[in-house]
Amino acid sequence: MNSNEGLVRNIEYERKFSLKRFLFQWEWLLVLLLVVINLINIRLSPNYWDFDNLMSAIQMFLDKAILVFPMMLVILLGEIDISIASTMALSAVIMGVSYQSGIPMPAAIMISLLIGTVCGLINGVILVKYKELSSMIVTLSTMIIYRGIASIILKDQAVSNFPDWFQYFGWGKIGNIPFILFFFIIEALVFTYLVHKTPFGRKVYAMGNNIVTSRYSGLKNDKIKIIIFTLNGIFAAIAGIFLTSKMGSTRPNIASGYELDVIAMVVLGGVSTSGGKGKVGGVILSIFVIGLLRYGLGLINVPSQTIMIIIGALLVVAVAIPNLKNSLRAFNKMNIFTKK
Amino acid sequence: MKNKRNILYANIREIGLIAVIILLSFFVQYRSGGSFITAENINDILVETAVLAILSVGMMMVIITGGIDLSIGATMALAGMIGTTVLKNNQNLNPLIIIFIAVLVGALCGLINGLLVARLNVLPIIATLGMMNVYRGITYLVSRGSWVLQSDMSKEFMAIATNRFLGINNLIWITIIIYCIGYWFMNYTRKGRQIYAVGNSMESAKVSGIKTKSVLVMVYTLMGLIAGLGGILYVCKYAASQGETATGYEMNVIAACVLGGVSISGGVGKVQGVLLGALLFGALNNALPLMHISPFFQEALRGLIILLSIIINAVIQRRVTKKSLERRSENEQ
Repeated sequence: MNSNEGLVRNIEYERKFSLKRFLFQWEWLLVLLLVVINLINIRLSPNYWDFDNLMSAIQMFLDKAILVFPMMLVILLGEIDISIASTMALSAVIMGVSYQSGIPMPAAIMISLLIGTVCGLINGVILVKYKELSSMIVTLSTMIIYRGIASIILKDQAVSNFPDWFQYFGWGKIGNIPFILFFFIIEALVFTYLVHKTPFGRKVYAMGNNIVTSRYSGLKNDKIKIIIFTLNGIFAAIAGIFLTSKMGSTRPNIASGYELDVIAMVVLGGVSTSGGKGKVGGVILSIFVIGLLRYGLGLINVPSQTIMIIIGALLVVAVAIPNLKNSLRAFNKMNIFTKK
Repeated sequence: MKNKRNILYANIREIGLIAVIILLSFFVQYRSGGSFITAENINDILVETAVLAILSVGMMMVIITGGIDLSIGATMALAGMIGTTVLKNNQNLNPLIIIFIAVLVGALCGLINGLLVARLNVLPIIATLGMMNVYRGITYLVSRGSWVLQSDMSKEFMAIATNRFLGINNLIWITIIIYCIGYWFMNYTRKGRQIYAVGNSMESAKVSGIKTKSVLVMVYTLMGLIAGLGGILYVCKYAASQGETATGYEMNVIAACVLGGVSISGGVGKVQGVLLGALLFGALNNALPLMHISPFFQEALRGLIILLSIIINAVIQRRVTKKSLERRSENEQ
């Protein structure tokens, strides 16, 4: 029996509550960061806590946040999907073109969702069919293809003149609160439930931890992988709808570079790109850390280039800190070994 | 006979690539009415591909260790911008000094990436993604949002990308030199072989006494150094330097490496394969407009070709593995 203890070491099972473990969580660091950012912002700019300002800032960065949760699932698997921004562009462009050609707007929205689904499905199926290909490369090429198709359809044109009610997605408010925030909250709740409370979520963690073991324990790896990549495509289409609604028009080159921002948010949220580690809570916090940091720096007129540097450095430093702790721990372990 | 067969199997990817390039050339030659295989057009292709090919050598090393470097586009922009800004303020400086400065800047960027990856154990994709933002931001700060234009560059500097030596463009010479060094380094030096060892298995490399961390730092520094060189040549060739220089170039370089048979999971990749991959990529870029394909179709076609080639590559690899297993079982019987 003793030899088995080493094997279960990495798998999270129900552990006894420990205050130390509870306090030394990645999420607390993010909470701390969020508090510090808010305090600094309030000190620097008296307009920061203005409710309307804050809401419009949130409205600004939440269209990216929609993509973060499905991307989190992908990264939990230990995979990556860099084609989402292109999927956004393609589905939004097709939505625009089909509306222009006389299809009613609700049907055009359905078409865009369908396109997103197909894009995600293609990624998933290729990855499952050819397991030796890494998701980085497959989605790199589909990234080029999807955006390429978008520019074949629309060339260098833009589609605008959407019906008035369509603006509601990007600008609409329920009471004082933007519609997109409601959508985000519901999405966050659904994903928290899905990831942490359902068998599906546990399966994703199992696959991320060790894909071979999970297959031997009878999980349908292929099915789960296809579902997750398809989900990513669907949500890319949804984000494309929100973005189009916010901008009032769409073009083949919208949302370029979104994929890297989204990945940065997921990773800052404590999700390990090697898979199997991370919580929805952390990801939600990191969305607000990056969003509010950007908003606060913008309020005090920091040039956007400097903001870029700060966010890049924040990402690297934040990821490096826990690793530093781990390598210190590993070093201590090594010492124990040598003493024995 | 058996030996020959082994050589064939060992180089199946490269032979496949050569076949694809030849087939493509004849097809394009036929479709474009004979304007593809001309001395001038081939020279154009090589000059256009030179920077991409140079960078692919560095990227190959990084990918062989199992990593990836997304920051090279930004490193190129930063090195090019610092180099040309120095040139703008000192018109009489020898162009070689400018190149040296750019290479130094690039190497420094690469060193930072390497230290993050090796010493602080940050995953390569995250470290270089973060540093990409940082380098790109610094580029904007250095340039203060303005461009360095042709009029700010000295004639001697511009000559680097346009002059010919023995009838061949300087950029092509530089590419040839880099590839010779790369071939020698990866195949005949201890450090080069250690890169493969680290990529195949970090653990076994460590156990066999290779200083894996210093190998990683070296690889990323070399990548940065090459990106610095590529950046200044890029700026020199297009005679303009700006904050947006080479945005997204890293994806082209990664695509060229993958076309050349470098495996993203590490440990596999050859210098000659990468050269062919870069050439195929460059030839495609040249061929599509020659065949009067609308520029709006080109991007999607390029992506499709990359996707198909990696899938075909995977299928071939499966066949090869199956064949060699069959042969092994035959031998045992």
